[in-house]
Amino acid sequence: MTAPIRVDTEAAQPLPVQAADGVSRSDAEASNSAAARKLYKSRVPIYPKEVDGRYRRLKWAMMAVTLSIYYLVPWLRWDRGPGAPTQAVLVDMAHERLFFFFIEIWPQEIYYITGLLILAAVSLFLINALFGRLWCGYSCPQTVWTDLFIWIETRIEGDRGARIRLVAAPWTASKLAKRIAKHSLWLVFAVATGGAWVFYFTDAPALLHQLLIGSAGLGNYTFIAILTFTTYTLGGLMREQVCTYMCPWPRIQAAMTDREALSVTYLRDRGETRGLHRKGEPWEGRGDCIDCNQCVAACPMGIDIRDGSQLECINCALCVDACDDVMFRIGRPEGLIAYDTEANVLRRLKGEKPRFRFFRPRTLLYAAVIALVGAIMLASLATRHTLALDVIRDRNPDFVTLADGSVRNGYTLKLMNRNGAARRFRLDMKGVAARKVVLIGLPDTRLPASVEVEGDKVRTLRLLVTIDRAHFQPGPQPITFILSDPTRGESREASAIFVGDTR
Amino acid sequence: MSDKEIDKVTGTETTGHEWDGIKELNTPLPRWWIGIFYICIVWAVGYWILMPAWPTINGYTHGLLNHSQRDSVTAAVNQLKAARAGREKVLANASLEQIQSDPNLLQFAMAEGKAAFGDNCAGCHGSGGQGAKSYPNLNDDVWLWGGKLEDIQHTITVGVRSTSPETRQSQMPAWGRSNILTPHQIIDLTEYVVNLSHRPADQKAVGRATKLFKDNCASCHGPEGKGQRKDGSPNLTDNEWLYGSSRDTIYDQIWNGHGGVMPTWGGRLSPATIKALAVYVHSLGGGE
Repeated sequence: MTAPIRVDTEAAQPLPVQAADGVSRSDAEASNSAAARKLYKSRVPIYPKEVDGRYRRLKWAMMAVTLSIYYLVPWLRWDRGPGAPTQAVLVDMAHERLFFFFIEIWPQEIYYITGLLILAAVSLFLINALFGRLWCGYSCPQTVWTDLFIWIETRIEGDRGARIRLVAAPWTASKLAKRIAKHSLWLVFAVATGGAWVFYFTDAPALLHQLLIGSAGLGNYTFIAILTFTTYTLGGLMREQVCTYMCPWPRIQAAMTDREALSVTYLRDRGETRGLHRKGEPWEGRGDCIDCNQCVAACPMGIDIRDGSQLECINCALCVDACDDVMFRIGRPEGLIAYDTEANVLRRLKGEKPRFRFFRPRTLLYAAVIALVGAIMLASLATRHTLALDVIRDRNPDFVTLADGSVRNGYTLKLMNRNGAARRFRLDMKGVAARKVVLIGLPDTRLPASVEVEGDKVRTLRLLVTIDRAHFQPGPQPITFILSDPTRGESREASAIFVGDTR
Repeated sequence: MSDKEIDKVTGTETTGHEWDGIKELNTPLPRWWIGIFYICIVWAVGYWILMPAWPTINGYTHGLLNHSQRDSVTAAVNQLKAARAGREKVLANASLEQIQSDPNLLQFAMAEGKAAFGDNCAGCHGSGGQGAKSYPNLNDDVWLWGGKLEDIQHTITVGVRSTSPETRQSQMPAWGRSNILTPHQIIDLTEYVVNLSHRPADQKAVGRATKLFKDNCASCHGPEGKGQRKDGSPNLTDNEWLYGSSRDTIYDQIWNGHGGVMPTWGGRLSPATIKALAVYVHSLGGGE
């Protein structure tokens, strides 16, 4: 990072109205930039000015896509056969299942979630190394909902100037009406946000009906209330404070980024020396920045991008749109603020040609990790077993010595059938010379045993293995249980130990 | 404190307190903190009015809601009992064999049995029924009073040496303490018992004790020392010992004739619960 080039905003000079011919100068201050922030100073409210342009439209589109995904996904249906939930994406806490279209995850397979989280984290690192904070700028819920709430605010109270005037204005009926309208609309969206959340955990159409008639579980209303509160508070009231103070990602990002990462950059090689421009003045010998402050006025984070790359910047590129508009009006080329790299700024300052180095050790490493984790997950998903066996050895008592001196160990077996239909499994055991095996709760008490397990269910069996004193070896002996489906040729093993006393 | 003093370095007001030239800055608590503090005070006042709060000389203030945790626990327990009443009735009416052959009923009985065992039996027999010295292990295949479902059910119902008129009753005499046998005789008998369980013993002592065993012990433990279930007398030839297998503990048992007590559960637990307990204990591994 370079030392920020700062314009002292505190300097009390009368502001000229015009920055250049036809471009008014904004009195916006970068109130949230680190230099302007004081530890004990109250927050200075930010009134971002609405802009139009390439990135603004892209952000509208992203907002539509991300919000649609969030609100609509619980309503997608997926046919899984009779008796199974018909919701495409469902976290079924009561039955301990996670449904994702054709995938059904059991609690024992929570490592898939771990894999997804690793993929998400490394993808975030890779995208950050390549294109900077795209996540922050376009798809982070905080950004999306804040953007939505600012849009609502602008529709009701007007743009930046009008909003500032409204704050200063005395309380009239009109001001009260605007405020009530704004907060009510925020609350409507906040409730809808919390409402959509609970639909991911219960069948959506049924739950909506229950919610409306008031018969849904208390947990649903509680979660709706919590998410309503957080959405309203974080998106409507706290906004940039969340990114600046609460979010760890800007801090992590500061450690992850480098000079070759694409980010919203003020091309100071072209912009400096900045200054007001009078009509007819030549452009030679000065920078293209006319110091109109439009980039500051547009910034939802309350910073000045011309100070350089900084923690508070979410890379939303709204300043790019604001600046491009100004450049167009004064007849200078667009892209004074653009997606570029710090390295390119330095190259141009040295007279070199700018270039983009997307292939760097860092990005290749991230890509390799993503490919590896993704491949492992795909492979394990493709070869996923439809049956599973877990064994829990009795620990209380650890073992039982019988009247004739033989030793008995108990095991609890969990036989899992991940298919929708009931299946008959074959249960066998190997590893120890057992004199006797007792299966509790099963008529067939000898191994190999035939056990039926209902579709999509776990059957628990207790199994007692007895070894003669003559065959008993001191020290733990490995014992293996085998569950197989003869008709499909599928088989899973679970290992435990057999212990006893030495006498 | 009439004049506000502003600290020159920080621009913050001071409290006016000064120690050795060091002045304290007046940095007020955050407003959100103060707000929550006041809300808590208001909440507390409401709580005093509605909920039990203040102690009085003879009791406490009950509050307008008349809330009592004890009552809500009782209500919850009754609710649970009501919810289980149907299956409980089925369990009470089913025979032990019916319970064992019906997977659903068995699962219910096992669950209830496990809970009841933890509440009533684990204190002596251990949480896994593994027993301890003088408390029988319920996992093994050694049963003083029988290991069939009906035997277990009956033992739980009437207890052992309990206050029930039908109690399982056996009494090992205190051969030494009551001056029936001499210490030397008891030492010989100890060797005899060690020999019964196929361990190396002093054969001369065993020879001396043969008649003693026949005269005094065989009537309950049997001529071969294998015990009898109708009397609840233990088998002396196996590897299981309620009071320990060492010579010291065997001598102690013959001298003192210990006998533990198991309470009668008939009046305390419902017949259905006792059935569930029998099924559960039977399933621990030793059931016959």
